[in-house]
Amino acid sequence: MIERILIQGGHVIDPANKRNDLADVAIAEGRIVAVGQAPDGFTADRVIDASGKHVIPGLVDIAARMREPGLEHKANIASEAQAAAAGGITTVCCLPDTDPVIDTPAVVELIRRRAKQAGHARVVTLGALTQQLAGEHLSEMAALKQVGCCGVTNLNYPMLNTQVMRRAMEYAASFDMTVFIHPEDHALSNQGCAHEGPIATRLGLPGIPSAAETAAVAQHLALIEQIGVRAHFCRLSAGRSIQMIARAQYDGLPVTMDVAAPYLYFSDLDIAGFDSLCHVRPPFRSQQDREALRSGVSRGSVGAICSDHQPHEADAKLNPFPSTQPGISGLDTLLSLTLKLVDDELMTLDEALERVTIGPARILGLDGNGVGSLTVGKVADAAVLDLQQPWEVTTETLYSHGFNTPVMGWQLKGRVSHTLVDGRMAFELE
Amino acid sequence: MIPSKIQLDANGKLKHFLTIEGLSAQILTEILDTAESFAGVTEQQVKKVPLLRGKTIVNLFFEASTRTRTTFELAAKRLSADVLNININTSSAVKGETLLDTLRNLEAMHVDMFVVRHVDSGAAHFFARHAAPHISVLNAGDGRHAHPTQAMLDMFTIRREKGPDFGRLRVAIVGDILHSRVARSQIHALNILNTGDVRIIAPKTLIPADAESLGVRVFHNLAEGIRDVDVIIMLRLQRERMQGALLPSEHEYFRLFGLTEERLELAQPDVTVMHPGPINRGVEMASEVADGSHSVILQQVSNGIAIRMAVMSLCMGRSA
Repeated sequence: MIERILIQGGHVIDPANKRNDLADVAIAEGRIVAVGQAPDGFTADRVIDASGKHVIPGLVDIAARMREPGLEHKANIASEAQAAAAGGITTVCCLPDTDPVIDTPAVVELIRRRAKQAGHARVVTLGALTQQLAGEHLSEMAALKQVGCCGVTNLNYPMLNTQVMRRAMEYAASFDMTVFIHPEDHALSNQGCAHEGPIATRLGLPGIPSAAETAAVAQHLALIEQIGVRAHFCRLSAGRSIQMIARAQYDGLPVTMDVAAPYLYFSDLDIAGFDSLCHVRPPFRSQQDREALRSGVSRGSVGAICSDHQPHEADAKLNPFPSTQPGISGLDTLLSLTLKLVDDELMTLDEALERVTIGPARILGLDGNGVGSLTVGKVADAAVLDLQQPWEVTTETLYSHGFNTPVMGWQLKGRVSHTLVDGRMAFELE
Repeated sequence: MIPSKIQLDANGKLKHFLTIEGLSAQILTEILDTAESFAGVTEQQVKKVPLLRGKTIVNLFFEASTRTRTTFELAAKRLSADVLNININTSSAVKGETLLDTLRNLEAMHVDMFVVRHVDSGAAHFFARHAAPHISVLNAGDGRHAHPTQAMLDMFTIRREKGPDFGRLRVAIVGDILHSRVARSQIHALNILNTGDVRIIAPKTLIPADAESLGVRVFHNLAEGIRDVDVIIMLRLQRERMQGALLPSEHEYFRLFGLTEERLELAQPDVTVMHPGPINRGVEMASEVADGSHSVILQQVSNGIAIRMAVMSLCMGRSA
């Protein structure tokens, strides 16, 4: 077993430690022992030649469906944890809408055990805010925290009423847990499947107005202010939501937010041919909304970019648009789509990497262990990549079991050659 | 991808008929002219032409319909095609085979054309995209998206009433635009045929978002909207819309948006009144208007057969 690894001659970028220079990274017993020069007497069992490449902290993905337990016909923990590692992701946060729902410690343990057997990326979990995600009875949040859940969420399953939401937030705050909010007013989103605007009007698709999100953002902000709970807003789609939450941040509320990478590239224009690969929830909104999301990511008010990985079997997308299942398979492309923002001159490489490393690590409360950074003495999660290496998104190049992505056929840049999780090799490009 | 491209073959001829959007005035005019030649056929003693002899057409209806299905069936029979009617209750389709399986199974029976009605917007596109290359797909209504043969029979009716110059016409569409595939297709057709003024009239609850982007003027007042118009198209108001928060009552709807003889005075003296049927008398319009001298509602039904014959034969590469 290789325990001492030296990553030699690479260009290290570590936004958490504000590092951006040529440096060696020495790893022993799962921890980083040096960044710069290896300590005297350090002998490596294995040397990775990273010359001409970049060495970065392993990516942290706030939101990925691994589909296990319960939906293994779509994907499983082993397949998706491998896709994550191949994409430079070392920590994946699994969402609670599994079957059974992650509302008891047993399910958390099951997922942890499967991930450990698979031996690729580290898999962490968010627990359900309410039992069965049914929105009525609080889950045993303290127990979920004890077994390692990074927070609690009801995803976009409706809460019975605002009183239940208030109580759930208060209860979570009692145990210093972050509540992850998918803002959606279900009465407004109704049976919709596309952004309410000229494209949905033309296609005759039932619309989801932007207000379905912004009204929920406003309501949740009011509760957060009252209660003082730490909250994270997930998968925002409307530009106005970003403004509202950025304003709340400015006013000192403990709120953060993320967007999923595809929302930085697609808009409702892309559904014009009834392309079911662009059927997502919340829906891709207008081009102005997309620009506002990009601007939020660039300014840093949006602290994390995630994959919002939702792998599907082919049949799930083979139907008329409204009857297809929403979601995009995204683990394989998170890194490259984030790097593309640098090519688009939206932000620097350091800033872009921050949004997928230390940014999400802080939101999940994992930064203290060194997740999302290359900090000496902390866990050794790292990726070695060639920033310029082109690759085409095809069914052959994707590791995920889900091929449902509208970036299929795109030429992207940035290929990972090595991924280390806890100091062990989780992926190595052949 | 431009949705309409899939409808045309390499020579720019109609292959499928899924939506009016994106088609040229030339193609629409060809459909109207072809229908004109078929209108004669349907008035003869022997109402048949052998254009599609030996062809098999499947009416595949996932949503209940009497009028549309019947006129498609008659059109196919008058073209001497063999017709198969399949009505699939959507709920049983959900339990059983997928839409794609249904398509594959019927394809295996060597059919030549599908006429599809489905509750999902985009269903006809889905069929066209996945059907074998020799098969044509006709959209008989998909969700709120399109009902192109209905729109063309309305254009045909307007042309017969008002002549070929749409440029001088003012046309108002009144009612539930939000949920109407008929209205969307009519609006595209009217604009492609260069209609001078296209208006839609309804309360905001029944107007889709950014409706102006379709190329219409929006009115919330019936009297203002129908002033000086040459054609009024009334839309059917589904009874179940009364139960949501869309409208307070049938009574108030009729009071504000119902077409009466008195209100008809505001339009041009020779105004033509249309309705795709079936009519809710006393909700969308008064019986005197529906049965009155301006109404061409029954002509619309007859014209529906000629238009469907025209579209079927054009998509199969046969002209009259």
